[in-house]
Amino acid sequence: MIRRGAKVLLDIRNLRARVAGVELLKGIDLTVRAGEVHAIMGPNGSGKSTFAKVLVGHSAYQVTSGEALFDGANLFALPAEERARRGLFLGFQYPVEIPGVANAQFLRLAYNTVQSARGREELDPIEFDDFVREKMKPLAIDPSFLGRSVNEGFSGGEKKRNEILQMALLEPQLAFLDETDSGLDIDTLRVVANGVNELLTADNAVVLVTHYQRLLNYIVPDYVHVMDSGRIVKTGDRALALELERRGYDWVGTAAAAPAS
Amino acid sequence: MSAIATNRWLESLLAAHSVAPPRPHAWVNQMRAAALERAHSLTLPTAREEDWRFTDLSPLYQLAFKPVTSASSPAGLALEPVIAPEAQRRLVFVDGQFVPALSAPAADGLVVTTLAAGLDTHGELLRAQLAQHASFQDDAFRAINTAYLADGALVIARSNAAAAAPVQLIFATTQAEVAIHPRCLIVAEQGAELTVLEDHVGLHAGPYGVNAVAEIVVGANARVRHIRRQQEGSGAFHIATCAVRVERDASYESISIALGARISRYNLNVRQAQEGVRLRLDGLALVAKRQLADTHSFIDHAVAHGASRQLHKCVVAGGGHAVFNGRILVRAGAQRTDSAQESRNLLLAPGAHVDTKPQLEIFADDVKCSHGAAVGQFEEEQLFYLRSRGLSEGAARALLTYGFAAEIVDRIPIASVVTALRRKALEQTHGEGLA
Repeated sequence: MIRRGAKVLLDIRNLRARVAGVELLKGIDLTVRAGEVHAIMGPNGSGKSTFAKVLVGHSAYQVTSGEALFDGANLFALPAEERARRGLFLGFQYPVEIPGVANAQFLRLAYNTVQSARGREELDPIEFDDFVREKMKPLAIDPSFLGRSVNEGFSGGEKKRNEILQMALLEPQLAFLDETDSGLDIDTLRVVANGVNELLTADNAVVLVTHYQRLLNYIVPDYVHVMDSGRIVKTGDRALALELERRGYDWVGTAAAAPAS
Repeated sequence: MSAIATNRWLESLLAAHSVAPPRPHAWVNQMRAAALERAHSLTLPTAREEDWRFTDLSPLYQLAFKPVTSASSPAGLALEPVIAPEAQRRLVFVDGQFVPALSAPAADGLVVTTLAAGLDTHGELLRAQLAQHASFQDDAFRAINTAYLADGALVIARSNAAAAAPVQLIFATTQAEVAIHPRCLIVAEQGAELTVLEDHVGLHAGPYGVNAVAEIVVGANARVRHIRRQQEGSGAFHIATCAVRVERDASYESISIALGARISRYNLNVRQAQEGVRLRLDGLALVAKRQLADTHSFIDHAVAHGASRQLHKCVVAGGGHAVFNGRILVRAGAQRTDSAQESRNLLLAPGAHVDTKPQLEIFADDVKCSHGAAVGQFEEEQLFYLRSRGLSEGAARALLTYGFAAEIVDRIPIASVVTALRRKALEQTHGEGLA
């Protein structure tokens, strides 16, 4: 929900970044305020996932210029774990498998690490078990899921639900969800989308990175941004997503010959 | 070290210890005498031999052993952490001596008793099997073990008997400068199912030597799960051979964990004697600084239609040394063999060292065999995933190290052993907040 005067959570100016010497982000501006839902759309290779990974601090990406203030702090001066502790979250497009580490163990360690950094109470295994089971219910996650190794052998839907479960536990101020909808059947998509909706408050915000309009029927965006060749080339409201679905991306590129910012 | 010097050590070792008193069973006395004679004529392995070139036993050969003094009082032993409550049948040997007070033998469909007692009750079976699988002809350590054979563990699962609970065999050493020669014979008759937990534990940090031999026979259509934990003291030398014979349509699954000892060497020799056999050999060595852990496995697909799967992992701290040699022989007649071997290794710090060598020898043409060896650090994506959840880089590395080890530990079908080893893995990887 757009509210005048809502707190600015993220303010990005002229962000440029490269990986292995290739510039993939070529000047991005974006402001996200508390309570807002943003969607970033665009064709494959337009830089959407890169943008998300740069923001959460993946070491393979090098920021070459620009700045980002997250909750007032210089984001790019913080290591990845510090960004997470301060409330930045990435829901991975391809959640990583960690054999040998039980999901419950991983979730509790992440939860307690973040809680401790925020000066809040940590939970012992028994307390955490009750706590996490409550968080699993809205996502319709089977309890057996806690004993399995992190993401190992999980179906696509289970992996994405596990990402949203982590979001529910870590209570980020700002969550980037990178193609959380891809590969989900409609029932799972609905469960995942409802899970995200339940986490949204007036104090936090979410940025959905997606190819498809479909997700936006369930999580209604306030802003829709179109990325192309490492830039945001067009910004609109929900109607833009519908138009993109009807007309594809080609027309946006031509309309945006002039820089969008 | 020269062959003459090692042989002098061997002579002094053999001279210093009288062999066990004669048995009323002439064949045992003959076997021991033959082994003793063989021990005198064999040379001890040195790093000049291909099979031992990464594992230098010179420090062992400098050790002077003294006889075992009378065993400590069983009540005072810190064996609690080793005892698996799931095991209803258990044999405990302390400094080579059987300790009835800590043991729970059995004598029905499942026989769990000492070799000494078994000579009277199961003499024919012992005569047919003992020293038939772990030959003492070509190995000085096995010859010494056989020459000193006085007692040991005997487990027999009778035909079609399924033992739901694991059998635990504990060999503990409590004294420095002693040489102990543990011995096991495990027989699963046709159609039987058996889980054996073999524990070697050191309750002394000083130098001592353990020279163990186990023989396992898995009869037709039988299934044996064999879990082995080596947790010798930090000054110990642990040399062991396990020889396994697997018969028609039977299955043998081994999980061996090496944690302790200054230098350890485990030879696991598995022979597929008949068709239709399934083998699974998993191993984990957690190697701390100043430790060397060597695993030599040998899978002999002697006949057709055998399947083997092997995953061996080593986690090596700075200054530690792990060795893995995985030999797989597919003999000329062993068509349709399906074999996959993987060696995965993690070096935690500069100065950590691993030597890993797959050794495939294939003489049949219709087989499927694969092998792979990886020595690595962590995957960048795994580290990033954990850091993006708030974990520091150090905590992320510790968790990944722990997970690397726990993947093997989790395959153990005994809950209390999994819990205990997970804790060990945590201590070794300095993980925090994971209890």
